[in-house]
Amino acid sequence: MSAVIDHHHADHAHGPAKGPMRWVLTTNHKDIGSMYLWFSFAMFLLGGTMAMVIRAELFQPGLQLVVPEFFNQMTTMHGLIMVFGAVMPAFVGLANWMIPMMIGAPDMALPRMNNFSFWLLPAAFGLLVSTLFMEGGGPNFGWTFYAPLSTTYAPPSVTFFIFAIHLAGISSIMGAINIIATIINLRAPGMTLMKMPLFVWTWLITAFLLIAVMPVLAGVVTMMLMDINFGTSFFSAAGGGDPVMFQHIFWFFGHPEVYIMILPAFGAVSQIIPAFARKPLFGYTSMVYATAAIAFLSFVVWAHHMFTVGIPLTGELFFMYATLLIAVPTGVKVFNWVSTMFRGSLTFEAPMLFAIAFVILFTIGGFSGLMLAIAPADFQYHDTYFVVAHFHYVLVPGAIFGIFASAYYWLPKWTGHMYDEVLAKTHFWMSFIGMNLAFFPMHFIGLAGMPRRIPDYNMMFANFNMVSSIGAFMFGATQLLFLFIVIKCIKGGPKAAAKPWDGAEGLEWTVASPAPYHTFSTPPEVK
Amino acid sequence: MREGMSTKSLVGRLVLLVAGMFGFGFLLVPIYDVMCDAFGINGKTNRSAYEDTGQTVDESRSVRVQFLSTNAQGMVWSFGPQGNELVMHPGETREMIFTAHNPTDRPMVAQAVPSVSPSKAAAYFHKTECFCFTQQTLQAGETVEMPVRFIVDPELPQEVHRLTLSYTLFDITDRMAGPEVAAVHSN
Repeated sequence: MSAVIDHHHADHAHGPAKGPMRWVLTTNHKDIGSMYLWFSFAMFLLGGTMAMVIRAELFQPGLQLVVPEFFNQMTTMHGLIMVFGAVMPAFVGLANWMIPMMIGAPDMALPRMNNFSFWLLPAAFGLLVSTLFMEGGGPNFGWTFYAPLSTTYAPPSVTFFIFAIHLAGISSIMGAINIIATIINLRAPGMTLMKMPLFVWTWLITAFLLIAVMPVLAGVVTMMLMDINFGTSFFSAAGGGDPVMFQHIFWFFGHPEVYIMILPAFGAVSQIIPAFARKPLFGYTSMVYATAAIAFLSFVVWAHHMFTVGIPLTGELFFMYATLLIAVPTGVKVFNWVSTMFRGSLTFEAPMLFAIAFVILFTIGGFSGLMLAIAPADFQYHDTYFVVAHFHYVLVPGAIFGIFASAYYWLPKWTGHMYDEVLAKTHFWMSFIGMNLAFFPMHFIGLAGMPRRIPDYNMMFANFNMVSSIGAFMFGATQLLFLFIVIKCIKGGPKAAAKPWDGAEGLEWTVASPAPYHTFSTPPEVK
Repeated sequence: MREGMSTKSLVGRLVLLVAGMFGFGFLLVPIYDVMCDAFGINGKTNRSAYEDTGQTVDESRSVRVQFLSTNAQGMVWSFGPQGNELVMHPGETREMIFTAHNPTDRPMVAQAVPSVSPSKAAAYFHKTECFCFTQQTLQAGETVEMPVRFIVDPELPQEVHRLTLSYTLFDITDRMAGPEVAAVHSN
């Protein structure tokens, strides 16, 4: 409870500290949340720029713009930066801002650790991005860094990559511990577990996933470090190790990781759809249990990423059925979102548009996931653009649209101003059309056999690749509009009421807009 | 606080959980080996000599055993079996000689890594003697004959009629500890 004690000491200083040191030294959850969000947006633009390089090279068949070695670095860094630098910190930022306000807590439970876990991120990604300028280039082995590509055949900069992953992992683990401690110990009186908003619930489950698998990621990169520098043979067959074991350990982390990136978006959408349907969420309890079921199942499906490595038939069958089983709790969630909207008084402001697009497009991504889960069919789809289409359909309109929806939904609370609805809707439609143009054709070129991670392709894929690239440029350019909308909203705009959305529920709407620097210094009473 | 656990002890438990999962990541390495051995998956065979338990030879059945050899990237030795295949009865002990030649002008150390296909047969393929149990050191220009003696278990699933034993030869001169290679040099 040190947060509360600190707060009493600082009784006389209610506002933020002055000067730039405010941001370095701050322990305020709103400041840290804002820094997380800005950091993740910067990484989103950086990773997006790399995606633009990839799509520009793939605009036409043949090699035009970049050499294959650099193309490999772009695909690798795009994946790493988007996963660890953009999506994960964005959700931690939303958690920092919103969880204390949603459960009636004055701040996060461990404010100093909160500051440290944020400031590890610029160090981690500074290290990671610096490898691009080193001799031999940056990581070029794909974001999954399979051994021995990432050990025996890696560029010398791989050690910097390993330390970057270590730092980002430590940051995530500290963030997760902080979130669990806040949710378990700092809820306002009367805020029982089953009264918590779903965003809080999904984050509680996500935090446990983080604690369970980020240390395994740290373990696997540590093994790489030892194989490269200290002569061990975890992944080297010559010394009695096994490269396939790398894939097992990596995906033991990697599959829960994909749910780490989507569960908070599930939570955010479960806040937003009821607000704009003006109906309570359909099936709150089943939502909580479905989230827990997805989290549990995520630990027993990892080998569906490696159907083609030669696992025994019984293994293929087990992992196939376990994977297909995930469709059940996910289907429960989609059913609940649709039922919430059914016969609701719907309005279509930007957060709702992003939330509805989330439900529809995430479902498409789920269906292509079911296709990939079928082991015999996966031998055809493995390592093709079909896989790329699948995971971009769950991550872009899933995680990223979830983040956009959350940003528009809570921007009035953060800034005290309403954002420009016309521009926001433009942002939505440009993103929606651009994203579908970019990724929908990839399903077909994948089924037709175009392999992923290759800078050149057969002439017969030329038209669809050009469409993909145009869609990607459109999606990318539109994100600059988002930056403009956010800055415009911070600078001014119509005053936002404490509760700008008439259907919204929750404690965060009981405080003024913009939210005062300190909220809920005395806990609210929850009935 | 209503739950009766202070933030300090909650965080303590979570940190323990993190440490435990870090350890679990490393524990996956022996777990993986045990699983591969137990189920004979991944084509892994026994890593030390099999004790011949005097099984009865199943004369009614014949199994074809094929031999393959591959040099890992960068390995310059010539290496291969003296015969491509042999036909044997389950329970019988047979031998195949592999020849290795070091064409370079320096001593080199190699490690052969075996693999059996189909992988479900790996657990029924027992090597009583194999050059793959140890490292091989060859002087400049030296040639050796290396035997592998093996038994196919009579319990081998009925549908398996053909086995492939494949060796991949790795150059491990660089990763061997200095003294051993140095001793070879001084000979």
